[in-house]
Amino acid sequence: MNTYKLGEFHPFSGAGHEYLYLVPSGAIFALDDLSSAIINRLGEGECGREELVSSLTAQGFTPADVEEAIEELYQSHAIANGNGFPSEIQKPPMPFPLQTLVLNVTNQCNLSCKYCYEFGEDRVATPEGKPKFMSDETSRAAVDFLLANSPGRRAVSLTFFGGETLMNFKVVRSTIEYARQQAHAAGKYIDFSLTTNATLLTPPVIEYLAENQVGVTISIDGPKEMNDQLRVFSNGQGSYEIIAPKVKELLAKHKSRPIGARVTLTSQVVDVKGIFRHLTDELGFYEVGFAPVTTSPMRLYAIGNDGLNNVLEQFTELAYEYLEYALRGEHHGFSNVNDTLQELHAGVSKSHPCGAGLGLLGVAPSGDIAPCHRFVDSDTHKLGHLTTGVDREVQADFLERGGIHRKPECHTCWARPVCSGGCYHEAYVRYGDTGHANLHYCDWIRGWTHVCLQIYGEIAARNPKFLEHFDERSQYRER
Amino acid sequence: MKHIKAINRKAKRVEDYVAAEHGDVFALQQGPPPQQRPHYPMGCSLVFSPGWEVDATGGTAGLCQPVERDLYDCYISCFWPAQVPDHLNNYPDWTSKCASATKDWRKIDLVFP
Repeated sequence: MNTYKLGEFHPFSGAGHEYLYLVPSGAIFALDDLSSAIINRLGEGECGREELVSSLTAQGFTPADVEEAIEELYQSHAIANGNGFPSEIQKPPMPFPLQTLVLNVTNQCNLSCKYCYEFGEDRVATPEGKPKFMSDETSRAAVDFLLANSPGRRAVSLTFFGGETLMNFKVVRSTIEYARQQAHAAGKYIDFSLTTNATLLTPPVIEYLAENQVGVTISIDGPKEMNDQLRVFSNGQGSYEIIAPKVKELLAKHKSRPIGARVTLTSQVVDVKGIFRHLTDELGFYEVGFAPVTTSPMRLYAIGNDGLNNVLEQFTELAYEYLEYALRGEHHGFSNVNDTLQELHAGVSKSHPCGAGLGLLGVAPSGDIAPCHRFVDSDTHKLGHLTTGVDREVQADFLERGGIHRKPECHTCWARPVCSGGCYHEAYVRYGDTGHANLHYCDWIRGWTHVCLQIYGEIAARNPKFLEHFDERSQYRER
Repeated sequence: MKHIKAINRKAKRVEDYVAAEHGDVFALQQGPPPQQRPHYPMGCSLVFSPGWEVDATGGTAGLCQPVERDLYDCYISCFWPAQVPDHLNNYPDWTSKCASATKDWRKIDLVFP
């Protein structure tokens, strides 16, 4: 058949250039006047090749050029003919080599943040009767498990998580020492990071983290009045006054790795720019990432649709500030835009929303294996145990349900290469099924991806050299 | 590609793939292509060369092409300096007296560079 029609893509512009974000490949192409005219013509309706060529030559283009441009657009799947292109979803090879293991070294915490997915009203964990702190024996078994199950990977990551990670700092330290030795013996490089609420940071802990190049992410929700809304001790007292001096000391002394802040946005805490300014300019964080709280919609702190629109507006303003920095070749610490640009630059096209259950697994203090840290200690989501390994049938079922091929709502969405249906944990809390598409934030994902595409297009046209630093960050890092 | 420009890494992969699928033959004398592409020299690796074969009786009489065609294999289609003069640059007229290889092959002479 020689009738042409538009392929699947999302058009966007930047710095006066027209671009196509192709779906599902994730490729980004810039159009010249001719290819843009062809897209516009086919936007009016399908048309045969001869008619297409003659309508374009009538606009002053030469027939040879038009033929050439049609061929290029066809080859890249920007335009299609006949029935279009077959859509094949490539499934990941199994068993998938591990990249990152998240050790929940404890499920205990000294804060009582009201939105916490581990202790809050929407928790999935069932820690009753299970160990509260990971033992040295279990953490060593986890290290052995990571090294044994990462064939073909030269570098692997171990992330310490909680509860409050530093409540079991003793095990963190001994695990790092053991993992270094074992990784060295296995001929692999191993990287360490942890997330903490900062309450237990002391000078010796800070010194240890700096000396051992442990990546640190601090959970903090902004200046005192915002942080203390929900990040509180069990007596209701806010945590800001306790952590601010400790964070400052950490940032002053730990220079071996960039240190990031991780902010949870709730209905009470939505001043994105204010929080960003405070955490970067006043406290000195290198980067700040924001995530709307995971919760059922009826909670008081849930962000409704209006709230999400407001967050998107603020994200957009901050993303354009990032753009100004990028055009000057400077670092800007808004990690949400940086992470999305990283994915757009690589042109990811995900079969699954994230690495959970594939290259990433979570381990509970008991040694139970979960798809990620958010499902640790949940009986419903257990994938196996360190002593017996991953139950391949349970894992296959989890991945089968979570794949984009099982989410028909996503199949007409142009943002599916980067989203693939969104967070499993969020889906479980909202819909009771890890394999459900997160339909409540579709508009948000498309809005945000569109903003980032425009930023990407501007940078590609005006300072393409800046994009090279995304080449160096080749591995997409799990958060 | 001329009318659309690959911007991100995936687009460059698409471009490389298309080039590999559709632009697999190019002249050797054109210099290195702008990026690495698979290339297949025309000639001995792809063409059936009767001189290197035998027929069903173990001889060369029953081949579907004359054995002398072999002379051209390394001359016109694929320059192989160890065997025959180079047609592209130095000896463009080497076979000018040889209208039909089966009859005139004796007219192809040695060259003395």
